[in-house]
Amino acid sequence: MILVALIAILFLGGVLAWLSERLDSKLPRVIALAALVLDLVLMLTLLGGDSADGSWIVALNVQWLPRFGISFHLAADGLSVLLLLLTAFLGVIAVGSAWSEITERPGFFYFNLLWTLAGVLGVFTALDLFLFFFFWEVMLIPMYFIIAIWGHENKNYAAMKFFLFTQVTGMLMLVSILTLAYFHYVQFGFFSFDYFDLLNVSTSSTIEMWIMLGFFVAFTTKLPIVPFHSWLPDAHSQAPTAGSVILAGVLLKTGAYGLIRFAVPLFPEASMNFAPIAMALAVLSILYCAKLAFAQTDLKRLIAYTSVSHMGFVLLGVYAWNEIALQGAVMTMLAHGLSAAALFMLAGSLQHRIHTRDMRDMGGFWAKVPRMSAVALFFSIAALGMPGLGNFIGEFLALLGAFSSNLPMTVIATFGLIFASVYSLWVIQKIFHGEYSNSKFDDSHLIDLNRRELAYFGAMILGLVWMGMYPQSFLDLSAAALQELLAGTQELVSTVVQN
Amino acid sequence: MIMTLADLLPLLPLLIVSATAVLVMLQIGIRRSHTVTAAIAVTGLLLATLAAALLMSVTNAQVTPLLIIDQYSLFFTVVCCAAAMFIVILSYPYLARLDDDKDEYYLLLVIATVGAIVMVSSNHFVSTILGLETLSMSLYGMVAYPLHSRHSALYPLEAAVKYLVLSAVSSSFMLFGMALIYAQTGTLAFSSLIDLSSNAAVSLSDSYSIVGLLLLISGMAFKLSLAPFHMWTPDVYEGSPLPATAYLATIGKTAMFVVLLRFVVMTDALSYDAVVIVFSLIAVLSILVGNVLALLQIELKRILAYSSIAHMGYLIIALIASNFAASTISIEAVTFYLLAYMIMSLGAFGVVSVVSSSEKEFDLVSDYQGLFWRDPWLALIFTGMLLSLAGIPLTVGFIGKFYLFFAGVESSLWLLLLVLVVGSGIGLFYYLRIVYRMLLPVPTPPQFPSAAGDRLGSYGVLTILFLLLLLLGVYPAPVMTLIETVSAFI
Repeated sequence: MILVALIAILFLGGVLAWLSERLDSKLPRVIALAALVLDLVLMLTLLGGDSADGSWIVALNVQWLPRFGISFHLAADGLSVLLLLLTAFLGVIAVGSAWSEITERPGFFYFNLLWTLAGVLGVFTALDLFLFFFFWEVMLIPMYFIIAIWGHENKNYAAMKFFLFTQVTGMLMLVSILTLAYFHYVQFGFFSFDYFDLLNVSTSSTIEMWIMLGFFVAFTTKLPIVPFHSWLPDAHSQAPTAGSVILAGVLLKTGAYGLIRFAVPLFPEASMNFAPIAMALAVLSILYCAKLAFAQTDLKRLIAYTSVSHMGFVLLGVYAWNEIALQGAVMTMLAHGLSAAALFMLAGSLQHRIHTRDMRDMGGFWAKVPRMSAVALFFSIAALGMPGLGNFIGEFLALLGAFSSNLPMTVIATFGLIFASVYSLWVIQKIFHGEYSNSKFDDSHLIDLNRRELAYFGAMILGLVWMGMYPQSFLDLSAAALQELLAGTQELVSTVVQN
Repeated sequence: MIMTLADLLPLLPLLIVSATAVLVMLQIGIRRSHTVTAAIAVTGLLLATLAAALLMSVTNAQVTPLLIIDQYSLFFTVVCCAAAMFIVILSYPYLARLDDDKDEYYLLLVIATVGAIVMVSSNHFVSTILGLETLSMSLYGMVAYPLHSRHSALYPLEAAVKYLVLSAVSSSFMLFGMALIYAQTGTLAFSSLIDLSSNAAVSLSDSYSIVGLLLLISGMAFKLSLAPFHMWTPDVYEGSPLPATAYLATIGKTAMFVVLLRFVVMTDALSYDAVVIVFSLIAVLSILVGNVLALLQIELKRILAYSSIAHMGYLIIALIASNFAASTISIEAVTFYLLAYMIMSLGAFGVVSVVSSSEKEFDLVSDYQGLFWRDPWLALIFTGMLLSLAGIPLTVGFIGKFYLFFAGVESSLWLLLLVLVVGSGIGLFYYLRIVYRMLLPVPTPPQFPSAAGDRLGSYGVLTILFLLLLLLGVYPAPVMTLIETVSAFI
């Protein structure tokens, strides 16, 4: 029941926030914050509980559409819980970042924010593939609204592109889901979209490959991975700060989660046959987008490309498919969620202050805004993979795991870490060092971080340091879930690897 | 043949609607009153809806060779009568300021509904033609209704003549097709062309059947505005008064599709490869033509016209699927999608109709700029309808599309499914463009005044449709069960 409550609180909170706008324009943000904090607290109660059924901490299964054997099946294991926590945490942060930035139609804004997050929570907990797809799509429309209404100069184009990319590939996934369910019907004689039922379906390897590709395309578009990445720089650069935070911090992780939970376990054989290509795409993403990031002049586009680059490590880790690599992928998701969100918020707060994202106009800000500069430096070095911070743990584990499964790819991917240092430090040098000049922008609002901003950046810094210094607390939580996923596919995978 | 009371009982909905038509006619003869006429029409249609709904669980009868009153036909009788009732309510404020007699419009609408009921209950060529012509003849009148109005900005005459001529041509195609099929089977009832029994007059070659089928299908495709027989659709939609467009687009098409479905299933038409190929081509063309041309439009009626072409194309996929799978899923898919299409299409036309009147229709997408901030409730309903047409979850359109995909997958129609994905992708673009318009800042001065008090009924109808849209999008299980039951009768 707690899982339903988590999702329902956000749905209802969204409606309330929208309605409350009539009373007072400051009320929606309070309601949104309250709903998210309530969710966060409820999630923390999940941590203590003993798992009743294998690695599953909590589950709920009721019939929904019996005609198709579709049930309302929600469940959470360690992996889900980690991502739920990330979602709620970043949700709180996103409300914080929107606190004073969104003044126009705040009710509708927080409605969309909460509904997107509700969809994400659904994605992280759904164990019925129809339900999963349902939530997968539910989170799109509110996100479209967030970009299209509160975005920047080219918002219509960006919002439309985001929507078309994710929706069309989503439909390919729907065809795949239906095909899989149909094969289940042929083999077992009844309709079911339940994850555990569909795990038992066996098909010929050609068909399995095609079905798997439907999932793969949908998930890697969301992740995103070259060549499906081109919506992301546009969406990120045009979205309002809170939108970018949700997009980078949470929405991208749904793609990775889908790969770990569905794409590989449902089609172990096809996935392992496909692994070399997937890993090659991952490496391509890491290097190519690092290169592209270096060529940007728009600060938000730059961070967007670094996101794609970092997500390459996640894909690499997933397709290495061993425990260390998966742990690395999960850690990267969590750490990148925090660091990318923080970087987007810094870019957003800069834009809020000087109304430009063009780095060619910036320089020498350290003297003007020392606190902001220090925070930016911290998150940049976190993103480049400094040991002692979360991102390092994630990427290191992903590479370590991948090392044992595909040596050449791993070696090439490692260069991504070097490129990351180059562009991260370059950004710091460009914006915060050098000569200060206010000829290109009005610097009358260029003030340092205020207390609210320091508070949420502080929380995120704390999170990254915790992940870097004591990663075991996170690894323990996801270990059981990942081991179970691995165990379920071990037999098939080992035969493929031997061949 | 002697009709007993037991024979008449299943015909109750049809009789009620016919009686309503007579009553409306008499009332107009005694004293003209717009309000009373509309009230009689609404009451009659409501009674017919209830009667059909009550009969549904107990009736399964072939009444005369012409009409089959089973659960399936009663299901669509309910749908058509309810939709007709909604359209009457939407028409009332629309026509309120027409500088001409308004009452005959309702008469035409009720008679058209009689035609629609006959069509959904038809398993015989004679009743098909009778129903179809009753429906079409009334529609010509409805399309041309504001002809004598001095303030009409539309081109009702152009639309009506275009519709009349092309409709007559397509009817003649159908008649010729029916004649050829009759030559083959020796009966006017829908019956299998494959296992011809001994009552066949002469055993002719299969090519007779195929030519007959193709003629009949092209005639039906005209009425359903499937590409390449779609040319009339945008012009007629554009020129007609909005409630008439809504009637044409929803009930007109649904009734025709039900006939097509029964016909195709009962004659085993899809056993011929040629027919399957023709249907596939029609589906692909309709989806692509409808969606691509909708991109180029700036008027809502034309966008909805092209989108309806595409939606009919989607439905044809499920129709084709009915031949390749043993289960009834594809028939259920057609049924559910027709219901969904009825709700969302009626809703979309309803929104446009609520802000329009016979004097001025607000038909341009740009008229709706900033609607979200001026009339949030109306904008929300419109967004819901458009997203449903695009097939986004939480709406009935998504469940409908899910059914279609399922039917396609079950029959392994991969190529058609790919076209469906591509078409839906293109579709998103123009639906979202309208939504985006509504989100932009309000222009000064706003294009149309806020709704007045006489539109309360229309708002009520739209709210009901919106709630149905959400309910069937989130918890469609009861309706799914119902549709599963009624689909067994096909």
